[in-house]
Amino acid sequence: MMVKVTIDGIEVEVEPGTSILNAARKIGGDAVPPAMCYYSKLPGTGGKCRTCLVEVAAGSAADPRPMPKLVASCSTPVQDGMVVNNKTSERVHNNRGGVVEFLLANHPLDCPICDQAGECHLQDLGYEHGSAKTRYEEERRTFDPIDIGNKIKLHMNRCILCYRCVFVANQLTENRVHGVLHRGEHAEISTFIEQAVENDFSGNMIDVCPVGALTDRTFRFKSRVWFLKPMEAERSCTKCCGKAVVWMFGNDIYRVTARKDKYGEVEDIDGKTAWLCNDCRFEHKSANDWNIAGPRVINRHSVISQGKYATSMEKPVKRIG
Amino acid sequence: MKNRRLLLEHVDVPGIDGIDVYVKQGGYASLEKALKKMSPEDVVEEVKKSGLRGRGGAGFPTGMKWSFLAKPEGVPRYLVCNADESEPGTFKDRYLMEKIPHLLIEGMILSSFALGANQSYIYIRGEFMYVLNILEKAIAEAYAKGYLGKNILGSGYDLDLVVTPGGGAYICGEETALLESLEGKRGNPRIKPPFPAVKGLWGCPTVVNNVESIAAVVPIVRDGGDAYAAIGIGRSTGTKLISACGNLARPGVYEIDLGLSVEEFIYGDDYCRGIANGKQLKACVPGGSSVPILPHFLVTKTATGEDRLMTYESLAEGGFASGSMLGSGGFIVFDEDQCIVRNTWNFARFYAHESCGQCSPCREGTGWMEKVLSRIEHGQGHMHDIDLLADINKKIEGNTICPLGDAAAWPVAAAIHHFREEFEWHIKHPSEAQTRNYGLIQQPVVA
Ligand SMILES: Cc1cc2nc3c(=O)[nH]c(=O)nc-3n(C[C@H](O)[C@H](O)[C@H](O)COP(=O)(O)O)c2cc1C
Ligand code: SF4
Ligand code: SF4
Ligand code: FES
Repeated sequence: MMVKVTIDGIEVEVEPGTSILNAARKIGGDAVPPAMCYYSKLPGTGGKCRTCLVEVAAGSAADPRPMPKLVASCSTPVQDGMVVNNKTSERVHNNRGGVVEFLLANHPLDCPICDQAGECHLQDLGYEHGSAKTRYEEERRTFDPIDIGNKIKLHMNRCILCYRCVFVANQLTENRVHGVLHRGEHAEISTFIEQAVENDFSGNMIDVCPVGALTDRTFRFKSRVWFLKPMEAERSCTKCCGKAVVWMFGNDIYRVTARKDKYGEVEDIDGKTAWLCNDCRFEHKSANDWNIAGPRVINRHSVISQGKYATSMEKPVKRIG
Repeated sequence: MKNRRLLLEHVDVPGIDGIDVYVKQGGYASLEKALKKMSPEDVVEEVKKSGLRGRGGAGFPTGMKWSFLAKPEGVPRYLVCNADESEPGTFKDRYLMEKIPHLLIEGMILSSFALGANQSYIYIRGEFMYVLNILEKAIAEAYAKGYLGKNILGSGYDLDLVVTPGGGAYICGEETALLESLEGKRGNPRIKPPFPAVKGLWGCPTVVNNVESIAAVVPIVRDGGDAYAAIGIGRSTGTKLISACGNLARPGVYEIDLGLSVEEFIYGDDYCRGIANGKQLKACVPGGSSVPILPHFLVTKTATGEDRLMTYESLAEGGFASGSMLGSGGFIVFDEDQCIVRNTWNFARFYAHESCGQCSPCREGTGWMEKVLSRIEHGQGHMHDIDLLADINKKIEGNTICPLGDAAAWPVAAAIHHFREEFEWHIKHPSEAQTRNYGLIQQPVVA
């Protein structure tokens, strides 16, 4: 039995137990709340950032009372006959703006020197909901950047504590040496005594990080992402699927990432999430290492998709060769 | 005695912390009664009839909570006692456990029996190590007498009881953070649903109750739910432990009948005997640091001029505009010399320190409020800070995973609402505010 739910006036049928967020993703477009911590490929994520707050105008057909508080759409299951307001609710807009203000309060706003700029979810959110001026007059909290092994850099100043990387560590690696230390605004991502995350799949933490807190040391400061051309590429690999996006300038590969969907999540390919192994990500930066199929369509709304190369709006233009 | 009726009746009897004296005073009679003459359902029924409401702060009816417990076949159920008591101004559970530990243990056995739990836990605040020792000694005595362990009093019912200390975090008093901590993990509150009644400790159905709620089951079983419900007014039944502190002539832990007037509680001879040193009452936080502060003219009377009573309903009368909450029973009194700004900052500092940091509004909002309040207190405030604080409050309230966010927001909102002129005075007279306090509120603000 499917359940019916209405989001911003659009009705959709989903499996019972589906979250409001996933029901909204089935509708697509403006009905979809932003999600900074939920990651559909990492069970257990969600509920933390509160950017996905929505208003439930009617709880269910059986009990049509509105819910008094806004709810986190990523971790609230739909009920049959539920009516939800996202984009159409002023209250949601205001409170989401509040959440964005909180996320930016201690953020260093160092986008000009951050490798994530251009593909950062916090930038997008700040652009949509933030105000041009900050009301935060206090000293921002700071941490020293630390190396997590020799391939990953942690800039704790930029972290929004979405816990996604912790779940990667939990779910992709056998020995978690990565977690959260301290409480409140002193909470920080840590590898427990700065122990390196030694695992073939640790690089995926970079891909799930919604901001520039975890970046690829093999790509640091090499180029702005919007100067690079994303190309779909493949190599045969014994550890992972070997299906990646290589980011090129001329004939040089500057960085390798997983293939991501419009929500910024690593895609499923042949029914499996296409996580990349560290070997493919960090050790294969020569065009000869890869079979390059053609330009990768970046259909996530962001600075890069405004760029000069392929977007979902225009047909990909073959630029290479 | 008037101020110690059911739970603290024998608290001053020498040696009451030992099992022999406790039994001599009628202890474990409720347990004998329940195991020999009652079914678990009968016990639940008496608790429902008693009208007992959770004494941990939220006041949720205990009998109803127990009846929500899922009972799937072949899955263990757990009872966990919340002895994390860390709310500023609240020290009633500690007093009870320290003075009369067997009351909690008897209550735990009764409640576990009612819920069908064969393994129960007392999760105690990490700083209470000496209380943990008292409880462990009492538990060992109860095992030796056959009140715990296998086949208790020949009834066929088995129960093991363990005390586990936390690491000293206020957030581990939130029931789902407590369960995480009990499982040996970082004490982050869980995202609900699922609720503990369905998926609690180790993923099994679990009831979490406050120390005082569990202790109250002992007189409820002994005298019957109706007798308990006969004490109090309306939906506030029975007695309540109140830890009274601040500028009172006689602070301490009192067991009051719910329905006592606030006037009598503060000024009565059997209770706090008025404000210390002949000073005047300025404000009161009646239910622990998380509840709204009341200015002096709303403490003993409501906004409509009725007597304010020590009940869940009367203390909340007037909502956030002119009321507060009974909360955990941490009754904090301020005299005319106390500074509301400094106190608000102090509470804010506590919440910023104790936020687990999981969700953005609480993590960033509590830290932000603390910094703004610190500036105002230390003579660097601006007029726009007051509205900023009010706005930060609104953006936290209701938008967080657990109620700590609200608990941090409400006291600041209430302080600004009732004492705005004191905040303004601080900002306008930064150097004067460093050397003297504002004093009594001048004009009753119309709510
Ligand atoms: C931040 C926070 C701290 C809490 N601390 C305590 C506590 O120390 N003791 C307690 O009994 N309940 C505490 N609670 C309430 C518990 O979550 C829970 O509601 C209570 O233990 C239920 O017991 P009761 O129904 O018997 O009151 C706290 C709640 C929050 C949100
Ligand atoms: S480092 Fe990135 S992925 Fe990890 S918690 Fe911080 S923001 Fe999230
Ligand atoms: S409201 Fe505060 S304490 Fe509660 S889960 Fe969120 S950050 Fe943690
Ligand atoms: S995406 Fe729902 S709370 Fe973060």
